[in-house]
Amino acid sequence: MPRTGVFICHCGSNIAGTVDIDKTVEASRNFPGVVHADEYRYLCSEMGQDIITKAIKENDLDRVVVGTCSPRMHENTFRKAAAEAGLNPYLLEVANIREHCSWVHKDMEEATPKAIALLRAAAAKAALNEALEAPRLDVEKRALVIGGGIAGIQAALDIAEAGYVVDIVEKDPSIGGRMAQLEKTFPTLDCSACILTPKMVEAAQHPNINLLTYSEVDEVKGFVGQFDVKIKQKARYVDPVKCTGCGICWEKCPSKASSEFEMGLAKRKSIYVPFAQAVPMVPVIDRDSCLYFRKGRCQICEQECPPQAIDYEQQDEIIERRYGAIVVATGFDQLDPTIYGEYGYGQHPDILTGLEFERIFNASGPTGGKVVKLSDGKPPKKVVFIQCIGSRDKARGMNYCSKICCMYTAKQAILLKEKVPDAKSYVFYIDVRTGGKGYEEFQRRAAEEYDVAYMRGQVGKIFPEDDHLVVRGIDSLTNRNIEIKADMVVLAAATVARADAPEVGRLVGINSDSYHFFNEAHPKLKPVETHTAGIFIAGACQAPKDIPETVSQASAAAVKAIGLLSKEKLQGEACTAEVIQSECSGCLNCEAICPYTAITPVEIEERYKDGVLKRTVAEVNPALCQGCGSCAVTCRSGSINLKGFSNDQIMAEVDAICLQR
Amino acid sequence: MTTGTGKSRLIEDMKMNSGQDPNGCYQCGKCSAACPVSAALDLKPHQVLRYLQMGLEDELAESKTPWVCASCFTCAARCPRDIDLARVMEGLRLSILRNRGGNKFGPAELTPEQLEKLPQQALVSGFRKYNK
Amino acid sequence: MSAALNETAAGWEPLIVSFCCNWCSYAGGDLAGTSRMSYPANVKVIRVPCSGRMNPLFVLRAFQRGADGVLVAGCHPGDCHYTSGNYQSRRRLSAFKRLVEFAGFEPERFEVRWISSSEGDKFAEEMTSMTEKIKALGPNRKMRDARWQSVTSKV
Repeated sequence: MPRTGVFICHCGSNIAGTVDIDKTVEASRNFPGVVHADEYRYLCSEMGQDIITKAIKENDLDRVVVGTCSPRMHENTFRKAAAEAGLNPYLLEVANIREHCSWVHKDMEEATPKAIALLRAAAAKAALNEALEAPRLDVEKRALVIGGGIAGIQAALDIAEAGYVVDIVEKDPSIGGRMAQLEKTFPTLDCSACILTPKMVEAAQHPNINLLTYSEVDEVKGFVGQFDVKIKQKARYVDPVKCTGCGICWEKCPSKASSEFEMGLAKRKSIYVPFAQAVPMVPVIDRDSCLYFRKGRCQICEQECPPQAIDYEQQDEIIERRYGAIVVATGFDQLDPTIYGEYGYGQHPDILTGLEFERIFNASGPTGGKVVKLSDGKPPKKVVFIQCIGSRDKARGMNYCSKICCMYTAKQAILLKEKVPDAKSYVFYIDVRTGGKGYEEFQRRAAEEYDVAYMRGQVGKIFPEDDHLVVRGIDSLTNRNIEIKADMVVLAAATVARADAPEVGRLVGINSDSYHFFNEAHPKLKPVETHTAGIFIAGACQAPKDIPETVSQASAAAVKAIGLLSKEKLQGEACTAEVIQSECSGCLNCEAICPYTAITPVEIEERYKDGVLKRTVAEVNPALCQGCGSCAVTCRSGSINLKGFSNDQIMAEVDAICLQR
Repeated sequence: MTTGTGKSRLIEDMKMNSGQDPNGCYQCGKCSAACPVSAALDLKPHQVLRYLQMGLEDELAESKTPWVCASCFTCAARCPRDIDLARVMEGLRLSILRNRGGNKFGPAELTPEQLEKLPQQALVSGFRKYNK
Repeated sequence: MSAALNETAAGWEPLIVSFCCNWCSYAGGDLAGTSRMSYPANVKVIRVPCSGRMNPLFVLRAFQRGADGVLVAGCHPGDCHYTSGNYQSRRRLSAFKRLVEFAGFEPERFEVRWISSSEGDKFAEEMTSMTEKIKALGPNRKMRDARWQSVTSKV
């Protein structure tokens, strides 16, 4: 029989006003196993906690029940008090007689018996409580950042500055991401490369940062503090140690392919760096277009390379490392507007997406920075910008707002006017959304100082006629149909999740919304955490966002990672599931149902008659288990239990509550 | 101009027989931009939806738009909010007709033999077509 | 003598056992309290980590012990603290409810509701309407275990 002590709090008059404390204490004395019962005005106070610790020692209590406010409020306070008296903190139970009783019932006749029932249930459960130990987990003092865009770079720099080693895994040959593709940035019109490239170089030179470019994460196992990750470093066919980045190879290379960095608007060589400021300045050979790999001859790069860095025999390499924390910063893609036949994207060289138009402005872009039509090389005089291409579109596109298009369209219209002073811009919009510091002022400047005609409405059809594009739209403020003979059309295509986001999510074990943007743990209060402990998210892989927001989120994710890495040990969950392996039938339904991959099959040996029987049974990794208890319910043989909320404990509570029957 | 108040019979009818909800529209105007007969409409397609949202029943009943609409379905194909505007127009036409007057004849005027032999569909469309 | 033994006794009050998940519904119940809403004291809450922890046996046990109604409450689908627990419970418990009905028991005595931690008002409303519904239904006669009563009447 346990030796249980019951302590009831008045909470001033919060409880005592509706619950008859004396009656409740008296009733508690009669619960099975209760050897001591007491009350106090404020149990959570120092004095109150002292009463509990003293009583535990004096009466040799081995179970404690407190009748107080919600366990979500002060369970930890009282557990600490119990621990101070030398009692395992999990031997304490809370009966919530304030939020669930005295505050919701007005009548003492009603509230008092209910409080007694709740205390009886807590005492019945406590009698079955076991001493539990939260697992203490090691923390590998190293972080992994997946994605080398501005989010990944910022997060890595912050973590590295705090003194921890960080690896950045980037799938492309260079870090830089989307921001490297941009011309200028709103609302200040800073040159994107001018502010980004110093950060890229800083990341590359930081003693705590390792760049793993042209690499992908292959496998993530383990759990917070100890993620075991396999990274595939794709063969570059260039030795990065020997290569000096002189550029002779890509100058001499005779074969070409479409440039991913230029959004397919220009060609690059088969041995290439994606852009002039690439970090690292080490080219890669694209096997699909390289003459040597396709036809077995050429080898010009090998012949021309002064330090002899070309190595056609290079193989993909698998790097295995352990990390304490992971930041996922995989960025975004742009929706392909070919699904909108009415806009004719892909049918005419002068119908571009926003990101493509960005490259037209860029000095190193396909037109060398001259704003000209790709069809005939002449500067465009009339440019129509169309917003919400695939955004806010539940029929064929994405139901959400892409957030950045209103602003980059205003920016592009301003830049256009600066480069081609006699150009006229039209912007078809549904709503102009300019939430952000200096954003509204910037957009108004486009309309007021740069002669950009904002038309409230959409475009229904675009088609080529003679040497121009006919754009048919509506201005819904005058309800007039508008027809513009444009030289160029720019489609603000929706910001969408990376095509491989579902795969990345599965790989690292984080979930995403219906658009494949990764989910934060709480939309307000945990914006960079995920539901998987130790994995954080930053940037546009979580939702469309602009650069300042991305950078803030990256630093926030870094802080969370640093906080985790700075811990000597991590405290795991004490209330975890437990398999009674002798009864387990090995059906492994639990393995399938576990959201944390905490359950794995193991082979055990059992004595059977004269021999030994080998059986597969389930095993719970207490470091991974978060204690939801789903496995315990799904278990056919009833051989899984959840510590702290065992079947017996819950049944005991049911019985105690129903005792009034 | 006044905004409609309360539930409009015409509009409720339209919603029922078209299965479309005008409140889904955010007035982007793509329907009107794409409509081939837009120039001939006194209310542009997006305006029809706005009038429906505001409950302007009388203005809708007087508009030529539902009758000029060619039911080409371009609006429905373009709509980013998945509203089938061609159905809305057809729904409006039906509701306007029904609300204008009663049926030329009703089931009570038919003999039991007629009721038994005539197909249901023919009866229903007959009631509607031969409006008084 | 306990009240349920004499069902015709005036002032019969039903007993409702509510299993609430720790993260949403139990917190919703806390909010109902903090906001000083009120609902009948017939409802007694048992805290479980997740609605996915709800073994249908717990519900049967409550009915056998004489509970007149059982209400399981969890996070809204999609909001589960443990990602998928409430999807599990939704499937299990809806199948269970049909089984209960098939066995000839009043299925209305068993309900599942999604109540978030910000829905104190919904918590109070659900508890109130459940109590009213069970009051109208009368005591649970079918599943109550008479042997248990003989035990409890001695306590």
